[in-house]
Amino acid sequence: MLQVISLLVENKPGALMRITGVLSARGYNIESLTVARTLDPTLSRMTIVVDVDPALRRQVIKQMNRLVNVLQASDLTEERAVAREMVLLRVRAPLESRTAILKEAEIFSARVVDSSVEGFVLEASGDPEKLDEFIDVMRAYGEIEVTRSGIVAVSLESRRLRLSPPVPTRAEREDAGSRLMDVPSS
Amino acid sequence: MPNLMSGARMLVECLVREGVECIFGYPGGVTLPVYDVFYDHPIRHVLVRHEENAAFAASGYARATGRVGVCCATSGPGSTNLVTGLVDALMDSVPLVALTGQVSTKAIGSDAFQEADTFGITRSCTKHNYLVKNLKDLPAIVHEAFYIASTGRPGPVLIDLPKDILQGQGHYAPVSSIHLPGYKVVTEGHTGQIRRAAQMIWEAERPLVYAGGGIVSSGAHEELRELVELLDAPAVLTLMGLGCLPGDHPNFLSMPGMHGSYAANMSMTHADLLIALGVRFDDRVTGRLSAFAPHAKVIHVDIDPVEIGKNRAADLPIVGDAKRVLRKLLRILHETVAERERKAAARQAWWRQIRAWQKEHPLLPAFSDREIKPQHLMVEIDRLTRGEAIITADVGQHQMWAAQFIRFKRPRHWLCSGGLGAMGFGLPAAMGAQFACPDKLVVAIVGDGGFQMSIPELATIVANRLPVKVVICNNGYLGMVRQWQNLFFNNRLCAVAMEGFPDVEKLGAAYGIPARIVQRPSELATALETALAEPGPYILDVRVSPEENVYPMVPAGAALNEMVLGPPQPVPVPK
Ligand SMILES: Cc1ncc(C[n+]2csc(CCOP(=O)(O)OP(=O)(O)O)c2C)c(N)n1
Ligand SMILES: [Mg+2]
Repeated sequence: MLQVISLLVENKPGALMRITGVLSARGYNIESLTVARTLDPTLSRMTIVVDVDPALRRQVIKQMNRLVNVLQASDLTEERAVAREMVLLRVRAPLESRTAILKEAEIFSARVVDSSVEGFVLEASGDPEKLDEFIDVMRAYGEIEVTRSGIVAVSLESRRLRLSPPVPTRAEREDAGSRLMDVPSS
Repeated sequence: MPNLMSGARMLVECLVREGVECIFGYPGGVTLPVYDVFYDHPIRHVLVRHEENAAFAASGYARATGRVGVCCATSGPGSTNLVTGLVDALMDSVPLVALTGQVSTKAIGSDAFQEADTFGITRSCTKHNYLVKNLKDLPAIVHEAFYIASTGRPGPVLIDLPKDILQGQGHYAPVSSIHLPGYKVVTEGHTGQIRRAAQMIWEAERPLVYAGGGIVSSGAHEELRELVELLDAPAVLTLMGLGCLPGDHPNFLSMPGMHGSYAANMSMTHADLLIALGVRFDDRVTGRLSAFAPHAKVIHVDIDPVEIGKNRAADLPIVGDAKRVLRKLLRILHETVAERERKAAARQAWWRQIRAWQKEHPLLPAFSDREIKPQHLMVEIDRLTRGEAIITADVGQHQMWAAQFIRFKRPRHWLCSGGLGAMGFGLPAAMGAQFACPDKLVVAIVGDGGFQMSIPELATIVANRLPVKVVICNNGYLGMVRQWQNLFFNNRLCAVAMEGFPDVEKLGAAYGIPARIVQRPSELATALETALAEPGPYILDVRVSPEENVYPMVPAGAALNEMVLGPPQPVPVPK
């Protein structure tokens, strides 16, 4: 089974490379990776799907949590979580199959985002396995071209986000120390 | 109104605020603005002869003191030359800040002259790294870098500084606080877990303390000693932990692992409890992991959660700073000390067994009156330095003999490249240690191979009047590689003879460093005494028996109790 990792990361240069570096250092191939801003524009939410040896999954999460720019990395593989994906699918089909395609699209709640004499571009979203089926079905109607977004996932369990508070710089600590020493002892 | 100044000056101001006194570096085109600040600034810049040695010297400085070592290199070749030193510091958890020049921000990515993707190259070589894109971010980045390098599990942090940032003018306002919300450092161990640890300790019949570099980093050697003595437990120290217990402490069983003592490895194999403190179950310590400490439960204390359960599952994990955890643990153990009697009989039997192992195959140096045995050299160094000197080693056989036969009294007196095993470390690290501790005797024990990687730094030693003593354990070979060819490749020696080794007396004369070659065992003691008594630097080329192998040895892939105790016929130890 693939591992689904959800990360909350600081939107800093190099952060993505460090995170994927944890995986690439072990030679793991990433199946999908999505990243986008959160409500707080300085932070990004990332979902990674990757084939990690089950014995090493905890290790990988710990290594990601160790990164300075990672606020939280969690493993959604075995917890209650919702995973969704979107697909944009272009299907080239003869005019006589158009109605059938539209019927089929309706079954999968796909929307038509472009229509031309050559065919359609359809947009579907949902459970990744459902999308696999959708793609399979559409293949029957003609030549298709598929762009998948990769999975975005959210945990259904509430997890406390623990952030480190600011700390004084060394010089500041020393100044404070010497100020304390200046105070005459009673 | 805050001061208007260049990025380079701002950088140096921030270094001063971090208490930096000394920087090891090598200049170049894009770092010129920084050197222009150094020109009339009290901060000390030490010009080395190769950037790799700047990193190693900074590492020696950091390892000897616990303070952050700083090195500096120019863009492109300067920064790529630092890479080995960065990885070495990462592997051995050494606090380092590396400053590298970079081409101007507008030129980045254009294959400009002396451009290298330092930020990308060093991503996996550092604990964290930065590329400064805006001058206003510079002060915060510098303070973050020092904070990250020196807290939690220490490590190297690199700051890549484009030329336009260094040259640009900006208003400098000192930064007073560091905000790194995602940088989590757990120092206090979980009290409940520590209580359980105490319980496990009292229940153990065959406990063994297994401590390493984490004790050095957290300065927990006194607590470690108290623990060992309170429990009267046997203890082993890894290569990185030597000195955390005095080398002649009766409970100390020497180093475990590939070239560990028989008693240490047998104790590991038979213990029912490992109290693992600031160690990472490295393959050089565990031998074949599946056969490592098969009867032991493991209490694992480490500040880095990634280490816990990485190689060996911990029955009781404790994430925290070793010193704080040990203090709490000691308090609980003192409160419950009556429990010590419960397993007293079993523990006495455990000690009898260990003493029998020690007697059966003691770690004894070899002597000869025809040639100088390398072990003999280490025993003499031990006798003359009495655990008081800072000793650095390079990598190879001499490093293992030094670890086996020199008894260190205190931490931060034995500096070597453990995790990376980087040849060329010993001599520059000794320079760094000597800068940090000008009044200490600093001895670099190097192989004839490693020495030749460091010869250019003799000039740095001369230029800075560093009284470093260089002792070459000269076997005429890349000895450790020869040993493996000898043992595992039918002695088909290939590319290991160090032909063309220079006449060190002439080499010394060329640099103006007194130097001597010793060949006879009878001359060794006085030659060493003279070398160590020299007020300035000295090079002693000790010709040791060329074909000596390091024993005991756990061959790669073997279990600790399958060690080979010595020549000529390797005999596996019965289980
Ligand atoms: C930079 C580097 N290159 C290669 C090695 C592999 N290596 C490990 S020990 C060794 C031999 C070291 O020879 P020498 O310095 O003479 O020390 P000796 O083993 O003879 O004491 C070599 C080549 C290494 N550790 N580091
Ligand atoms: Mg040699």
